Order: sequence, then structure tokens, then C-alpha cells
Amino acid sequence: MNGRALNLLGLGLVGVIGIAFLVLIPRLFELDVVLELTVYMIMAILALSLALIWGYGGILCFGQSAFFGLGAYTYAIAVFNIGESTIPLLLAIVLPAAFAALLGYFMFYGRISDVYLGVITLTVTLILFNSVNSTAGPEFRIGSARLGGFNGIPGIPPLNFPGNKASPIDLEGMFYLATISLLLAYFGLRLLLASRFGRIIVGIRENERRAELLGYDPRAYKLATFTIGGALAGFAGCLFANWGNFVSPTIFGLAQSAQIIIWVIVGGRGTLIGPIVGCIGIQWLTTALGANQPSGGPDWWAKIFANAPLILGIILIAFVLLVPKGLVPTLGDLGQWLLSSRTKRAKTRLEPKRAEEG
Amino acid sequence: MAAPLLQTRDLSMHFGGVRAVRHVDFSLAEGELRCLIGPNGAGKSTFFKMLTGQLQPTHGHVLFRGQEISYAHAHEIARLGIGIKTQVPSVFDGLSVRENIWLAASRIHSREQTKRVVDEMLERVGLIEVAERLVGQLAHGQRQWVELGLVLATDPQLILLDEPAAGMTHEEVHKTAELVREINRTKALIVVEHDMQFIRMIAKQVTVFNQGSVLVEDTVESIMRNPQVRDIYLGKQAAA
Ligand SMILES: Nc1ncnc2c1ncn2[C@@H]1O[C@H](COP(=O)(O)OP(=O)(O)OP(=O)(O)O)[C@@H](O)[C@H]1O
Ligand SMILES: [Mg+2]
Repeated sequence: MNGRALNLLGLGLVGVIGIAFLVLIPRLFELDVVLELTVYMIMAILALSLALIWGYGGILCFGQSAFFGLGAYTYAIAVFNIGESTIPLLLAIVLPAAFAALLGYFMFYGRISDVYLGVITLTVTLILFNSVNSTAGPEFRIGSARLGGFNGIPGIPPLNFPGNKASPIDLEGMFYLATISLLLAYFGLRLLLASRFGRIIVGIRENERRAELLGYDPRAYKLATFTIGGALAGFAGCLFANWGNFVSPTIFGLAQSAQIIIWVIVGGRGTLIGPIVGCIGIQWLTTALGANQPSGGPDWWAKIFANAPLILGIILIAFVLLVPKGLVPTLGDLGQWLLSSRTKRAKTRLEPKRAEEG
Repeated sequence: MAAPLLQTRDLSMHFGGVRAVRHVDFSLAEGELRCLIGPNGAGKSTFFKMLTGQLQPTHGHVLFRGQEISYAHAHEIARLGIGIKTQVPSVFDGLSVRENIWLAASRIHSREQTKRVVDEMLERVGLIEVAERLVGQLAHGQRQWVELGLVLATDPQLILLDEPAAGMTHEEVHKTAELVREINRTKALIVVEHDMQFIRMIAKQVTVFNQGSVLVEDTVESIMRNPQVRDIYLGKQAAA
């Protein structure tokens, strides 16, 4: 089997699993499970945005939550003011994308080195956290939307079917919307990465100097990649604001930023499916740790297991040290190794036969 | 006399106190093949880096077909038609040989053309058999060929080769010399090389660098007989 066939098989598999998931989950599970899975799907879109920027573009962005949060806040503020949700949804994509473009312009055209890029993006999201956090007073309002500071914005009106304010999307509808969006984002990115643009950004990640010497301007390609990633993260933020009808400054916080990076590291850079798997797995684990406080046994044991950040930290360190490529690429290597050792064995069995024939 | 393809005027590069290149006036005619030799640290690679926008000269000028390119970006210079094979092979190690060549060809060709050009180039540099392998897994000599293929696939008017024969077997060196001569039928080249046998195979005109300056410029025969050159360069090799 060659690479191309394997590729198509993978794509088909993701499609089939995605559609099965979409059709079966609401029929098999209660609403609370469906709700929980909805937020996994939303976060997986966010994971994809960093998978593109970092995994393929080679841009180490520690502040992906800035665009996520901007998307959520933009939607909230816009929908309070406008009512009908189509334009707020679009704004929640366009504004974070524009912000990413502006930030990216200064970083890439200013020739900021990779390490500082990480520092700057992290700083930006923390500045947003602090700014929004201190807007608690009633004087902080944009039109009819109160920013609410650390209390956040509650009661955000849900998305409605485009153009029809009278038919809001219900909870099950949100599950469908989030899952379909994730599938579209996944396949859309696959298309993008298979295009000329996608191949060039991977080339730039591999060797920026060589790409330049061939005549490509890395700054322009990185800027475009960063902007697309910002747009996708903003869209995820919009869905997130809808999911809980609530948004607060913690969306910009350090914990949120770190989470996204952990998803990508655990799942594997340089793949799209990896960060999705990493994101869903870690969120599931976090929920499970929070919910299942073991009864009995020594007290400290229970405390450790209830401490999700601690467990996450341990997982992160374990992955960085033991599975540095991440889950999906490592499994891929393993599969390839098994396949090649089998074909080798098959070949050695064939060899004597050929000799007889010859 | 026709205008030169490439010209440098009083070109200098200082790294702190180190004067890597000093006041170099250099001129290359359209279609010319020039060899650049000189001992380690003479400033040959630094000179190449200034010609390709990888380093901004401390002072002086680089002109390509009369156009000032001293402070242009590397990608702009590449687009004007200067290609370089660097001393340490600069390739896309994590990608296949085919993808490497594709990335180069794709910059100037349409989609269908690119496909064809990639196949032709793989044939030309003899990498058809390893086309699907990752470049990082290839031997040093083969990676040199990949880089050569990359440079050729962007169809530059002037090609700079920084020690193209380094790490190659005797047979590969011959093949490289042949390829250089073939390229020279349509393109101008500057070739930096330490391997004197290789120089003899390809050279007509030779420029000798020493301590950042041009020591002498002459035909290959006279350079080989030049006692000064022997002293600074060949003498050292003979002594070693
Ligand atoms: N980035 C740099 N910073 C400081 N010094 C440098 C730098 N690059 C080169 N040099 C110095 O400049 C001088 C010329 O180096 P260069 O690499 O151009 O020589 P070269 O002629 O290519 O030598 P070789 O034959 O060994 O490749 C050397 O003394 C080197 O140490
Ligand atoms: Mg050198």
C-alpha cells in the first residue's frame, strides 16, 4: 500500500467515524453526555487551530487562547447589540483574524525570533485577561452589552438559524453544529495542507532559509497561516460562548493557554487528528478526575487524583520525556515498523523461490 | 564590452573585529564560469552570503544586471535569478526528495509544468530511485545532489556553488564536473572548491581569495603556476 492510498483510507476512516458519531451519540446518550461531548468538539476545533499554526506552520504560539477568547467576547458583545446572530458569528471570526494579522505582522515582519514569539503571544493573552478582568463596573459597556469584568457575561443569546431570530439553535442542535464544524474544519485543513500553500508552509517549517533562497517570502506565508489559525480559534470561541451562554476572562488565562499546548503535544505535532485525540482524551480525563473522587483509601490518594492540574502536569512531562513526537505520530511509526518488518519477512520467504525460478 | 552579469564594488563584511571580506571588486560576465578558491577562512562563503541576501554588507555594493541588490531580501534576490548551493547542504530534511524538488520547481512553474519538471530534474541529478525517501536519511553526497536539483529547478540565471564536490566519491566528483559544464552552456556560475582536480576539470578563469581580499585573478594554468598562490593555498595543502 502506498502513501496516497493510506492517506485516502485515513480520510475515509475519519469521515465514517465522524458521521457515525454525529448520528449515534444523540440517540444513544442522555442530554448531559451530549452536552459534555459538545464542548469536547468545540475545544477540538481550537486544538486544530494550534495544530495548523504550530504543528504545520512551525509558529510556537503560547497565546492561542487570545483568539479563542476574542471570538467568544466578540460574539457575546455583538449579539447583545444586534440580536440576530449571523453578523455576530461572522464578527467572531473576522475580528480575531484581524487581530492575529496585526499581531503577526509585527512579529513576522519585525523578525522576532521563535522564543520571543512564544513570550509575546503569551503576554498578549495575559494582557487581555487582565484588561477584561478589570471591567467589572457598570461603566464598562459596549452598546447594550456589559463586560462584567471577572464576573463575565452571563445569559448570552444563542445562535439562531441564519437570518431567522425566532428559531434559536437548541442544545442538541449545538451538538450537531459543533460536530459538523469540527469535521468541516478537519477536512478543510486537510485540503489546505494538500494545496500549494500548505506544502510551502511545511517547507518553511522544515528550513526557512532554504525556502527564502528558493524565492519564497516566509513572513507572508507565516502571516497567512497565523491569521487562518486566529480565525479558526475565534470561531471556536463563538461556539464556546454559545455552549454555556456564558463567557468570563478565564478564557484568556494561563490555564486555558497551557491546555491547548498540552493537547497538541500529547496528540502530536504535524498531524491534525493527533491534537483532536489529545484534546478529547485530556478533557475526558479532566472531567473524570473531577467527578470520580475515590471513596475509601488513604485521604492523600484521593486528593492527588482530584487535583486535575497536577495529573495534567505529570502527563505532559511523561509525554515530553517518553513520547516526544506525541501519540498519533508514534502510533504511526509503530504501524509502519510492523508493516515493513512483515514485508521484509515476506520478501525473505520469497527470495529462494525466485532463485529456483531463475 | 558587454555589461557584466554580476558586479561588486568595494564590498566588505566585518564581524566585530574580524574583516571577513575587504574591499572586493569583482565582476562576472554573462554566461561565464568562474572558480573561486582560497584557504579556509578566506571569506568565500561570506562573499556568497552577501550576494544572496543572507548577509547585509558592512559597506559596498552588489549589482546584478546593473540593479543594486546589496540590501535586498534573500527571497527577492532569488526571484531575480540567483540560486545558491550552500556549503552546509541546506535542504528540507524532513521531506521526501521529490517534495524537495517540487517546492523549488513550484515557485516558477504552473501545477502541470511542475510535475513534469520534477520528474525531469530527478532524472537529471540521478535521484529517481530515492525519490520517495526522506532527504535526511540520505548520504552526504546524495544530499548535495538534492540541493543541486533544488537550485536548478528554480531555473536561475546565475548559480553559486559552495564546495559542491565536498564529501563526494571520486566518481561523483566527475559526475558533478560534467553537470557543471553542462549547466554552463546556458547559465553563469561561480564555483567555490578546494578540490584542485575538480577545479582543473571545470575552470577557465579563477579568482583567488586570501584574508578577505582578491589576491589574483587569472586563467587556471597561470594560477596553478603562481608561486604566491602556492604559498598561501597549495603550499599549505602540500605541507599538510
Ligand atoms: N557569522 C559570523 N560571525 C563571526 N565571524 C564569522 C561569521 N561567519 C564567518 N566568520 C569569519 O569570517 C571569516 C571568513 O569565513 P568564511 O566562512 O567566509 O570563509 P571561507 O573562505 O568560506 O572558508 P572555508 O573554506 O573554510 O569554507 C572566518 O574568519 C570566519 O571565522
Ligand atoms: Mg566556506
